[in-house]
Amino acid sequence: MAIVETRSLTKVFKQGELGAVNNVNLVTREGEFLVFLGPSGSGKTTLLRMIAGLETPTAGDILIAGKVVTQLSPRERRIAMVFQSYALYPHLSVYDNIVFPLKAQKIPKELHRQKVEWAAALLGIQRLLERKPRQLSGGERQRVALARAIVREPSVFLLDEPLSNLDAKLRASAREELEHFHRRVGTTTIYVTHDQVEAMAMGDRVMVLHQGVVRQIGTPKEVYDQPADTFVATFLGSPPMNLLENGDVIVGFRPEHLFPEELIPAAAIKLSIRIKNLEYLGSEWILYGVVEAGRFDGKEVISRLASGTGFQLGESYDFAVREADLKFFDKQSEKRTEARVLAWQ
Amino acid sequence: MAVNPVDPAGVLRPSPAGMGGGTPPPGRRGFSQYFLTPSARATWLGLGMFGPALLYIAAIVGVPFVLAFLYAFSDVRVGSAGFHFVGLANFRSILESPSFRQALQNSIVFTVVSNVLVLIGSTILALALKEKFRGRGFVRFLMLLPWVAPISLGAIGWKWMLDSLYSVINWVLVALHFFPPYDAPMWLGEPHLAMASVILVQTWRLLPFSTVILLAGLTAIPKDIPEAAAVDGAGFWRAMFQITIPMILPIVNVAVLFGIIFTFTDMTVVYILTAGGPYDSTQVLPSLAFFTGIQGGDLAQGAAISLFLVPILVAVAYLMLRMAHRAEVV
Repeated sequence: MAIVETRSLTKVFKQGELGAVNNVNLVTREGEFLVFLGPSGSGKTTLLRMIAGLETPTAGDILIAGKVVTQLSPRERRIAMVFQSYALYPHLSVYDNIVFPLKAQKIPKELHRQKVEWAAALLGIQRLLERKPRQLSGGERQRVALARAIVREPSVFLLDEPLSNLDAKLRASAREELEHFHRRVGTTTIYVTHDQVEAMAMGDRVMVLHQGVVRQIGTPKEVYDQPADTFVATFLGSPPMNLLENGDVIVGFRPEHLFPEELIPAAAIKLSIRIKNLEYLGSEWILYGVVEAGRFDGKEVISRLASGTGFQLGESYDFAVREADLKFFDKQSEKRTEARVLAWQ
Repeated sequence: MAVNPVDPAGVLRPSPAGMGGGTPPPGRRGFSQYFLTPSARATWLGLGMFGPALLYIAAIVGVPFVLAFLYAFSDVRVGSAGFHFVGLANFRSILESPSFRQALQNSIVFTVVSNVLVLIGSTILALALKEKFRGRGFVRFLMLLPWVAPISLGAIGWKWMLDSLYSVINWVLVALHFFPPYDAPMWLGEPHLAMASVILVQTWRLLPFSTVILLAGLTAIPKDIPEAAAVDGAGFWRAMFQITIPMILPIVNVAVLFGIIFTFTDMTVVYILTAGGPYDSTQVLPSLAFFTGIQGGDLAQGAAISLFLVPILVAVAYLMLRMAHRAEVV
């Protein structure tokens, strides 16, 4: 186990262009599950590849277990990585795939079978050892890739969107398995994803990236409840946070905090909303509406309710948000600011 | 779920009851009934499109092959009118002839050595040319030149470079004091040097083709795989011999198969450089067949010599294709 640290890490692919990763300072905690979350092109994979040693940084340093590894090759960093495509060696059997890192790192031959069997048992793939990768399903391939990563007992685990090639149902179960797996082996893990559900569910901490810049790093609860800026506020949560401009601040509130007025006690912000669209999602309803009259006339807002019965398309209803649920962002910098009293009507 | 009771095949074979008065009564089906159903039309169209190619192959490959087969068991000579079946007499006589045995041995040495050299050289070249560097396109183009240029031109160029009097190679060697003047090696005049020379020219000739095939195989390897190997701790040699080369093995097989066939059946380089000499030391089976059958006029013996190539090549092709199939990686 080890701590991964980056110091002012920057990657510029083409001179004169915007950097893919800009001045990232990051320190993981011992044994934590850290998630890099961001839309595609946010630099999360580039950052991971720099930590793995597959990409050379333009500037800055990478430290693993307190040692500067910026100039070291991947093999000298003693890390394990699972690729999005799994990158199994197609001509080798599952056993030979898993034993490959042991051979490459010159681990004594007598230990090979024992270690491979340990890794295979951990992931429940003992009966697949003689198969070739092309004879495996997506979920099985993913486990083989994990087994190949864990078998050398690395100090750091890097996972690059390992679930994105699985179908939705398998993804949920694989996610749970990964969590179990991490709890059992306790290795420091960095996990890249663009899927906020994965990030929230798995991460001890989530680092939100946008255009190569770290927007926020914190526990899932912190990034969801206390977003550092409007990007984090809208990127996390589905549907996204409602944002309304009010003077020199932007006021935000989550759809699940926008209720019909009668459900909210006093000290609330009131909005009259005409329903534009209603979506029934089984366990919940999503209401798309337009604010009518007042300061925010014509602004679109979204509400998420347990029940949507009793609403008619095109009709207006009174909605409200508790003041405690409001977030305030500076209009210029889009960063979080202090809560303040505002004129609402 | 309801089962559709209609036979799906019935769509293609309209029943008289279903289609009304337009169909002739059973028993008197017309030409169109048999030959112009959609599937039959597709068959005829296919035959029509395929026919010319078949005819062409039959005329260019099939007829000469059958002729060679017939000649090999006869006593046909250039200009002779009769045709007598002589059984295996031709084969018996060529097997007893020392020049045939020499040519067979030379053919094997020529083919094996040049293809081993091509295999090593093209692997190195392909690995080098896969990397990105300034001027890569130009280097790739240069490398292809020996393949693009007509083989006779290339071979004539080499004949000059290896000439006993005008050899530039010798001029350089003499200028560098490796050899005294007038005592430089006779590249095409001494048996072993002559064999080495034809092998090297054949290697030069085949290298581009093999390299291009291997390059295609290398670029087909996903970028993730060598990266995974690097993260797994593999150094250059391990990644090369345990990952890269095994992954392109099926393609290497194809390149080697083509190389062997191109070398074993070809006599251009030998014919132009040495004409089989000195003392038959570079004579190969195709050139021997040519000298015996065409220049010597003994068509029957020439045919028997060239027929000797067939079982060997069939065996090689079969082996290589089986290996390629077994190693297939998807």
